[in-house]
Amino acid sequence: MGILSKKDAALISDPLLDNNPITIQVLGICSALAITAELKASIVMAVSVLFVMGLGNVVISLMRNIIPSKIRIIVQLVVVATLVIVVDQVLKAFAYELSKTLSVFVGLIITNCIIMGRFEAFALANGPKRSFLDGIGNAAGYGFILVVIGFFRELLGSGTLLGYKVLGDPIEKTGLYAIGYENNGFMLLSPMALIVVGIIIWVQRSKNPALIEEN
Amino acid sequence: MAINTEKNTYTIIFASVMVVVVGALLAYLASALSAKISENERLEKQQNILYAMGVNENEGAGSVNFVSTDQVAQTFSTFIKEQIVLEGDQITTDDNAYLIDLKKEEANAKAGKTRRLPVFIGEKDNKKYYIIPMRGKGLWDAIWGFVALDNQMVVQGVYFDHKGETPGLGANIKQRYFMDDFIGESIISNGRYVGITVAKGNNDPTNEIKDDNEVDALAGATITGDGVSAMIKQSVALYEPYFKTLATN
Repeated sequence: MGILSKKDAALISDPLLDNNPITIQVLGICSALAITAELKASIVMAVSVLFVMGLGNVVISLMRNIIPSKIRIIVQLVVVATLVIVVDQVLKAFAYELSKTLSVFVGLIITNCIIMGRFEAFALANGPKRSFLDGIGNAAGYGFILVVIGFFRELLGSGTLLGYKVLGDPIEKTGLYAIGYENNGFMLLSPMALIVVGIIIWVQRSKNPALIEEN
Repeated sequence: MAINTEKNTYTIIFASVMVVVVGALLAYLASALSAKISENERLEKQQNILYAMGVNENEGAGSVNFVSTDQVAQTFSTFIKEQIVLEGDQITTDDNAYLIDLKKEEANAKAGKTRRLPVFIGEKDNKKYYIIPMRGKGLWDAIWGFVALDNQMVVQGVYFDHKGETPGLGANIKQRYFMDDFIGESIISNGRYVGITVAKGNNDPTNEIKDDNEVDALAGATITGDGVSAMIKQSVALYEPYFKTLATN
């Protein structure tokens, strides 16, 4: 037997594929559209959400028996906002460069519906260990899709990956650009992110017909 | 003993305790870290000012590298010969002029007080640079930067930064290819103050024409680009009288 029981391992693997927060539950779409024009931003966002969700789920889970149900959404918001601000302040003091890259995501993390969704649906009813795994799993599922979208948008939109010109130089006309290839500027705009998400959903469902909802 | 979490009194007590705990935690953190954070911000300002006048550690065409944080204070005092503050017709020297908060000065100006305008005079290879701080609005939040001018108001270098422009689009104002386009452009056209426009319908995408007061815009970042145009035009305009005195001297 491994470190995790089968049930616990499923908490991590399920959200990666068959119960992916973005492609199956269609949560967290807003941030998936907003920040995926670059691969680097996608990765930073994925790591930040991983951290906040893992920790947030544990905090909510530990407090689950004392949170008054009438104000539980407010309590969840306070927890996630506090976590994000603490991380932001600590980074500003000790890793200033990194904090500047992250600053734009702070607001987006707080409003990410996946985080609130997992607090509400899982952490309020489960113990800290399982909640932690669930948080990590869902954040990884979210981050995975973000990175895939970011990869295609940066590659096709700017011809770069993580800022490196992998397809040649569009102004000097080297590499692919020498034979007439052009960057598709449309890839940089949010609507194309939605179309990329759509294509991922299409591929995923055609591989696994069990995911298709009946009408 | 199970607690009845449904009761109103419990809810109110829980909420109050939560607010106090979270508030205390954040307040403690903010005050404990504020010295370190403001030190970081101070060094960053020095790095940005030096970057605008071309003192940086850029390698190759794409990199934006500043003088490293442990050397910046010394480099700053080597290259920045004088820091002055313009207040109406008065000019005073102030070695901490770079710490002047533009946002506060803007508010002061609105309240009818005289605005303090800092200028950093740098010297590199026997050439004088007049570096001016700028502040404006992008699409989502504040944008700011520094522009280094010669005494004819021709741009020698710029640095832009932003609080929350869209990554991959408006956030690219701090990319080298955008900032470098400004070098050589003039704020003045035929003796008239015009600023520099970030233009979409630009017939000069590689930016070879330097007397058109235009640079090529970023695709997908119209409002951020307009914000940059407005920021340059408005911020530098305040200094126009000062540059007129420089030209006649």
